[in-house]
Amino acid sequence: MLTIDDLAVSFQTRRGKVNAVRQLSLTLAKGETLGIVGESGSGKSVTSYALMRILDAGGQITQGKLIYSGMDLRHVSENDMRNIRGREISMIFQNPRAALNPIRKVGHQIEDVLRQHLQASRQNAKQKAIEALQAVKIQNAEERYHAYPFELSGGMCQRVIIAIAIACNPQILIADEPTTGLDITTQKVVMELIRDLIIERSMSAILITHDLGLASQYCDRILVMKDGEVVEEGRPQTLFTQPQHPYTQKLVMATPHAETDIRGLLPPEQRSRQPVHTVSDKPLLEIVHLSKTYAGKSGPVHAVKDVSWCIREGQSVGLVGESGCGKSTTAEMLVRLLDPSEGKILYRGDDIAAVPARHFAEHPHRRQIQMVFQDATDSLNPRHTARDALAEPLRQLAGLRGRTLQERMEKLAAMVGLPVNLLDRFPHQLSGGQKARVGIARAIALEPDLLILDEPTAALDVSIQAVVLNLLVDLRAALGMSYLFVSHDLQVIKLLCDYVVVMKDGAVVEAGPTRSLMANPQHAYTRTLLAAAPVLDYA
Amino acid sequence: MSMVKPGSRARAIAARMGQTLPVLAGVVVISFLLTRALPGDPAAYFAGAAADEASIEEIRIALGLDKPLLQQFFLYVGDLFAGDLGNSLSTGQPVAQDLARRLPASLELTLIALLISCCTAIPLGILAARNPGSVIDHLCRVLVTAGVSLPTFFTGILLIYIFYYLLGLAPSPLGRLDFIYLAPDHVTGFYLIDAAIMQDWYTWWGAVKQLILPATTLALFTLAPIARMTRAAMLTALSSDFIRTARAAGLTPRKVLYGYAFRNALLPVITTLGMVFSFTLGANVLVEKVFAWPGIGSYAVEALVVSDYAAVQGFVLAMAVLFVVLNFVIDLVYTAIDPRIAFEQS
Amino acid sequence: MMHQLAENTTAQGRRSTSNSLSHLWYVLRTNPITLLAFVLFALIILSAVFGPALVPYDPLQTNAAIALQAPSSEHWFGTDSVGRDVFSRVIVATRLDLAISIAAVALSFVIGSTLGGIAGYWGGWLDSVLNRLMDTIMAFPLFVLAMGIVAALGNTIENIIYATAIINIPFYARLVRAEVNIRREAGFVRAAKLAGNSDIRVLVMHIFPNALPPMMVQVSLNLGWAILNAAGLSFIGLGVRPPTPEWGIMVAEGANFIVSGEWWLAVFPGLWLMIAVFTFNLLGDGLRDLVDPRKRT
Repeated sequence: MLTIDDLAVSFQTRRGKVNAVRQLSLTLAKGETLGIVGESGSGKSVTSYALMRILDAGGQITQGKLIYSGMDLRHVSENDMRNIRGREISMIFQNPRAALNPIRKVGHQIEDVLRQHLQASRQNAKQKAIEALQAVKIQNAEERYHAYPFELSGGMCQRVIIAIAIACNPQILIADEPTTGLDITTQKVVMELIRDLIIERSMSAILITHDLGLASQYCDRILVMKDGEVVEEGRPQTLFTQPQHPYTQKLVMATPHAETDIRGLLPPEQRSRQPVHTVSDKPLLEIVHLSKTYAGKSGPVHAVKDVSWCIREGQSVGLVGESGCGKSTTAEMLVRLLDPSEGKILYRGDDIAAVPARHFAEHPHRRQIQMVFQDATDSLNPRHTARDALAEPLRQLAGLRGRTLQERMEKLAAMVGLPVNLLDRFPHQLSGGQKARVGIARAIALEPDLLILDEPTAALDVSIQAVVLNLLVDLRAALGMSYLFVSHDLQVIKLLCDYVVVMKDGAVVEAGPTRSLMANPQHAYTRTLLAAAPVLDYA
Repeated sequence: MSMVKPGSRARAIAARMGQTLPVLAGVVVISFLLTRALPGDPAAYFAGAAADEASIEEIRIALGLDKPLLQQFFLYVGDLFAGDLGNSLSTGQPVAQDLARRLPASLELTLIALLISCCTAIPLGILAARNPGSVIDHLCRVLVTAGVSLPTFFTGILLIYIFYYLLGLAPSPLGRLDFIYLAPDHVTGFYLIDAAIMQDWYTWWGAVKQLILPATTLALFTLAPIARMTRAAMLTALSSDFIRTARAAGLTPRKVLYGYAFRNALLPVITTLGMVFSFTLGANVLVEKVFAWPGIGSYAVEALVVSDYAAVQGFVLAMAVLFVVLNFVIDLVYTAIDPRIAFEQS
Repeated sequence: MMHQLAENTTAQGRRSTSNSLSHLWYVLRTNPITLLAFVLFALIILSAVFGPALVPYDPLQTNAAIALQAPSSEHWFGTDSVGRDVFSRVIVATRLDLAISIAAVALSFVIGSTLGGIAGYWGGWLDSVLNRLMDTIMAFPLFVLAMGIVAALGNTIENIIYATAIINIPFYARLVRAEVNIRREAGFVRAAKLAGNSDIRVLVMHIFPNALPPMMVQVSLNLGWAILNAAGLSFIGLGVRPPTPEWGIMVAEGANFIVSGEWWLAVFPGLWLMIAVFTFNLLGDGLRDLVDPRKRT
């Protein structure tokens, strides 16, 4: 069906030529779904853009053949290529909302493609566009035809993108991280739709993803890419049970799955003994009937509805839910950046919700409750060095100055495994993992009792996530902290937390000890969440 | 999840009209403050140099200046609603009448200038954005920076020197029509339209010849922001994800460029037009002075010279109202193009 | 044009000092136009500071015998209708024109960014009131408003400065408001609060420095515009009065002679004015390159 032979792609940048893809060869058989997995910067997306010849400015195919049904796509005219795009080979993109023209009705965007490839006339274009919407299982297709992208949910937008991609019955469908930015339950629905369409229309497909679990569930064969090169290729089962290349081994190990413990995420030589942390019965933070209501345009919006639970000393609590469930709002209230509408937050018996958020900076408990933010890049002031970032809480809240301050900072850097010479760098000079370490070091600088972690690894590659999660386990034991770990990923929570709280639409639907809750979920939503997460299947 | 209903667009327009009212109220307050901030005693000033104590007092009462400020404000607003902007010292006519008579000349000049600059700047911006880093892009950049750096009054003088004095191509820069022509009968006040209605193409051409230099002067100045914004907006639009989707679907470059990128890029360009209008109306004053154009700008400048304050303040207020109306029109156009506006309102 | 800056530059400002010197050199080396702008800027500053001491003739000295002479080796830019040396007048005028625009821009920078910072950070009714006020100022064609203000307050140089400052305030207020607003909820701001910083400290020490790069671009572009504005006002007879040498007035005086062919009276001051404005605009563009090369427009 498709053969790529010895492909090389380079980009012209200010610092000279960068090779994004090197010596890449692959074949795609009819009806086959091929997965390309790799971490960010591995060149997996660039490969698909090169195949479609839609590389960004500065990008160039420097070598290789792209053979599709006897033609070398590298050498066909731009006119012919245009007839291939969308009609023979189609593509689905990540970030579906941005991938649609914001000011054109979705029906018209489908019609554009149909008309372009002469699959519809002026008379029947609307009918065919509606059929395309029905094909991706959109309800009320006649009505949705007139919708603009901003009126549709993310999952719905992705269905429209899929409808555009398959409108002309292409032979090959390329899906570039099709579920990034979608909730886990939506992700499952979208992936199943794609799989069904591939089978129904006997298309070949390439699925590009960073998620090994996703690839193992939906692909017949998988390529693993690293730094622009293919390091390993195989069927999912063999690839994940007996990975040959060290990089694949590392990647498979670092992906959280049912059988592993937290040290198991690391390569064997780095697995030190896991420290034990003790959970006492004494409550550290009691959350009592906490609510947050915003004034919305059409009536009040209940972001958090009457939630209550307790974090004990030394305990790690996981807070799970999909976007918009109120978990971040709850975390903001607990860390006292946001005032609740109702309810109490008892820290060792003191109601700290009674102190307004804007005065909490001077409160003695400020240093006891700290937070690690979701996006490490965003959480560091671009004009401050790592040293400035660490110095902030030490100066402001502990009054440290001079030598003591410097010594304390260097000790902190050592604790989180940040080389001291990196302290004088600015955030943009640090890698993602290093920034995460700075964020953690700042949060633990004053040895708080309670650390709230808001998806601290969401933006990190899986191998770095493994390292950061292990660091968090070590720090918890060393400093005797309690954690509130906010995440959408139950597998990660399971590795780290003693107790889990599941939220949906602002309310707690289920809570309980991690082990029993995950083994025997009571609420239907918890079961849906567990079932939707793509899991690396070893068996 | 609700679709944009036909009614929501009308509601968006109504809401926008509602937002215009406080701005208009603010404009009235500021122009009132400006009239009352006259240096010295306004009554003494209006009474004239030779007036004695008694006649100044008389004027003070006649003008309502003896009343408290708030009451004065309401009197001022009442006068405004009656269309009374006071009398001009120099012409002896009501200011409102003077302005109304001269407004078409200014509008004709401004609108023609904007037409010229939009028709030049938007294609220029698109060309530059299509080939970033190319010769045309650099040319666009230099032209744009030079254009915005040119003092309009200086450009005007330079154009007069070259096209009137050196080349003799342009007619003498004195008003809307050379003295050999007769002004067309007053219908709209726009000479080009009035002459066309009378089918007097000889006069029409005469009016065009007078208009070319001042309109070009103004257009050169407004070219820059429009071209700059078009280029930037096109670059942003062209690097958007949805353009990649369109390309991956095999749409023609033409369709991608005009159907997808340009329509999106038009939105910030339209927003910029508001600022451009502001600059144009300001620069208009200078250009009218240079070309002795009998519009409201030169009227205000003449009034300034003889300290005819009522005329100047009337002019400022008229310009502000004109600008508010223009901005409202811009918003209407924006609402027509962007479906999201209607959605936000509903 | 200018208020769009707020949107164009929102993503900027991730620069370090250690890096910016080499980056400056890179920009200057690859962009000769920006280098030219820096050179011109230095020349303008020099002539503003030392010009009055260096010019060959007294800019106010009249001499009917040599009136309206074309440019020569003796009078580089010729002489005007009362025999004053145009070159000396043009150079001496630099100080006044520059002083007016710098004072005006400094005023609007301080007032505008204070108002904008408060509105952007605390929001609420303060924000609404400020927005209404700025909308009202912006509802006037700005040059016309400046005319109205000077006409009302009195025809002096100080009032030219105040008027120019007032019409510029909305640009700064809106820019800072937007810059502060997008960072108000940023992770590093929340982290700063957790580190015990008060709201004022967060605003002044953490948010404002990040809004500075786009502000500097705005300042540079604004300086050019302020010079144009002041010269425009004196061109129509407001503010500076003859015989004070000032570019706008000189062009206005020269305009009367252009139809009879004595071009140098208007052209040289006009040219100088243009070069000054051009320099600030180029400088603004150059700074924008420096702040974020991808955002060049």
